[in-house]
Amino acid sequence: MLAKRIVPCLDVKDGRVVKGKNFTCINDVDDPVALAAKYSDGGADELVFYDITASNEGRMLFTDILERVAKKVFIPLTVGGGINTLEDFERVLNCGADKVSVNTGALRRPEIIGEAAKVYGNQCVVLSMDVKRVGGRFTVFAHGGRTDTGRDAVEWAKFAQGCGAGEIVVNSIDTDGVKRGFDIEMLKAIADAVKIPVVASGGAGCIEDFIKLFNSVEVDAALGASVFHFGEIDIKELKRQLKNNKTEIRL
Amino acid sequence: MTGIIDYGCGNIFSLISSLNAIGERARVVTRAGDVSACDRIILPGVGAFKNAADKLENSGMADAIKMFAKKGLPLLGICLGMQLLFEKSFEYGERSGLNLLEGQVKPLSEDTCLKIPHMGWNSLQFIRKDKLFRYVGEGEYVYFVHSFHAKNCKSVIATCEYGTTVCSAVGRDNVYGTQFHPEKSGDVGLRLLKGFTEL
Repeated sequence: MLAKRIVPCLDVKDGRVVKGKNFTCINDVDDPVALAAKYSDGGADELVFYDITASNEGRMLFTDILERVAKKVFIPLTVGGGINTLEDFERVLNCGADKVSVNTGALRRPEIIGEAAKVYGNQCVVLSMDVKRVGGRFTVFAHGGRTDTGRDAVEWAKFAQGCGAGEIVVNSIDTDGVKRGFDIEMLKAIADAVKIPVVASGGAGCIEDFIKLFNSVEVDAALGASVFHFGEIDIKELKRQLKNNKTEIRL
Repeated sequence: MTGIIDYGCGNIFSLISSLNAIGERARVVTRAGDVSACDRIILPGVGAFKNAADKLENSGMADAIKMFAKKGLPLLGICLGMQLLFEKSFEYGERSGLNLLEGQVKPLSEDTCLKIPHMGWNSLQFIRKDKLFRYVGEGEYVYFVHSFHAKNCKSVIATCEYGTTVCSAVGRDNVYGTQFHPEKSGDVGLRLLKGFTEL
């Protein structure tokens, strides 16, 4: 049986892991290589790295870190942030990434999804979407949650699947960093509409939030950042409790 | 010294790092003439079967790998690399493989109603004991990413369940294959690679 995945997410800025609340107020957390090794040893099933730097220097620093992580950590690595072209895919794949997530780049030019899927396979292309409730609809935001695209999130997910995306990460802007649970309603709307794996993101505050998530929605993985970075949730303990609650999990 | 066949199909970065992590020297083999200099070889692979089979054949690598295997030296195919060891594949039209093991490669969607690709951590059930898995136990989780799977194999070592029984590891004499990625399977994967380097 396929296990549900627990995925720590590391936002990297200028060579350090950072974590914000509602996508702003960024705090410095830790050295990415040390943190990645700690998570891998601690039972994480996969790691996500988001490059949130905008400068070229930051980007070079990021690929250097990625390469250092990939030399030490032997679990799947997904990389996102600033991915717009096939060259961007190539750059991070050559540094040891297994999957690449596109977000704003795909909103700007949706063809990138199909182009990348054709070259690297569907399994390599992850659509990451930042979603917020606007006037009773789930709407997709670009530029790290700052720009309302007016696009319907469910339609965008279905469209990306049709283009060849192999997985979708749904980040709820409404629950991000708030730590009062995942956005079950939003996740259900999207997971029910697609056949590819869905990764839940945004809102994890305690172990019960993960148990509730896997008991209520057909998602394949759950992503968390600050709860893991600040040691509020120990991944091994989380996985033990999920297993006790009849969730298929890798211990 | 383990040779990793690099024929432009898939990422070998993690494989090199994994071998280094268990203290094994890895050599990237890009020319067919260099295959015979290795103690054992790994055939990785990601992507389409036909494209990979064409590349192996056109580079002369296919013949070099077959010769290597016939000498009785250890060969490990990973993911698409395992699928290439079989007689043929039915991935978007029929294409012959290296024909080192009995079996054919078919779409997973014919046999399971679960999501395709089969992507994530799944647990191994052993059909028989094999020295490749001397450091890996029943029920341990390994990482899979694939949309096609091997059928009618006579040399199955381990399987996993994904709406159907998926052939997860095969082996006959010195020729081995894993459908999962040991280089992405954490500690369990490193232990498998250690077993391979001790063959």
